[in-house]
Amino acid sequence: MHIPDGFLNTATVATTMVISAGGVGVAARMAGKEMEEKKVPLMGVLGAFVFAGQMLNFPIGIGTSGHLVGAALMSILLGPWSAALVMSLVIIIQCFIFQDGGLLALGANILNMSLIASFSSYFIYRLSGRAFGHLPRGNLIGVFLAAWSSVVLASAACALELGFSGVVPLGVALPAITGVHALIGIGEGLITAVVISFVRAVRPDLIKSRVEMVR
Amino acid sequence: MKRWWLIGLIIAIFLVMLSPLASASPDGLERVAQNEGFAELAEDAPFSVIADYLFPGIDNPALATILAGLVGVAAVFGASYALSLMFKKKA
Repeated sequence: MHIPDGFLNTATVATTMVISAGGVGVAARMAGKEMEEKKVPLMGVLGAFVFAGQMLNFPIGIGTSGHLVGAALMSILLGPWSAALVMSLVIIIQCFIFQDGGLLALGANILNMSLIASFSSYFIYRLSGRAFGHLPRGNLIGVFLAAWSSVVLASAACALELGFSGVVPLGVALPAITGVHALIGIGEGLITAVVISFVRAVRPDLIKSRVEMVR
Repeated sequence: MKRWWLIGLIIAIFLVMLSPLASASPDGLERVAQNEGFAELAEDAPFSVIADYLFPGIDNPALATILAGLVGVAAVFGASYALSLMFKKKA
């Protein structure tokens, strides 16, 4: 759901740029506190994995495809601040090297797929931990729900931005865009659950029984 | 498994090798933009480095996609590794 240039009006471009710059700034400060020795290569590996995963569009029928976002995966393994930071890095590299996502839309894309996706999956993962029990005992349901809703919420934010920009009525954009991403989100949920299961098998220590956010 | 992160990197490279098989259908947002008639508002970037995930100057599209993906994986891995090292020093 990378927004290209030409979709957003000036007010939306400015607002999302300011929010994202602020959000990434705070994340840069907070990610340092989340930092542990083992996270050093993990951040790089997850960034590389998510970048590659985002290239693999899977068909969802109706002549449409979707791809992994990866924010939930990072949020569960790194914590939300580091996740937001690495996700922003991926989106910035996609924008500047691969012309995927507009330059002016960079703020909106970071807001949706990095900040909103990382933090929504973090909170939903924690909430579902309370409901279904925490990893590593179980809770792949929570992993799936966190990943699914991160995509749907990011797409809702995208729809709001397009609606506010006046390119498409909000009443049309919101159901259409979130509807498609409710399907794409199933892919996100399944991929995230599979990867978390794999990590749990090879490096269970990387999965915190309970993700705590530093404050 | 001391070199576990190397395995992660190999998996990422393996995914890049699969990228020519990715669905070429429009993604969720592009689909809605086409259906609702605002897709033509999209503007191309004013510059092009490795646009559309195709490494420039390579005729074979599968190879061009794989090369683009390898550049991306290297760039993201390098940048996020550097970022995390910075934090480690601070912490």
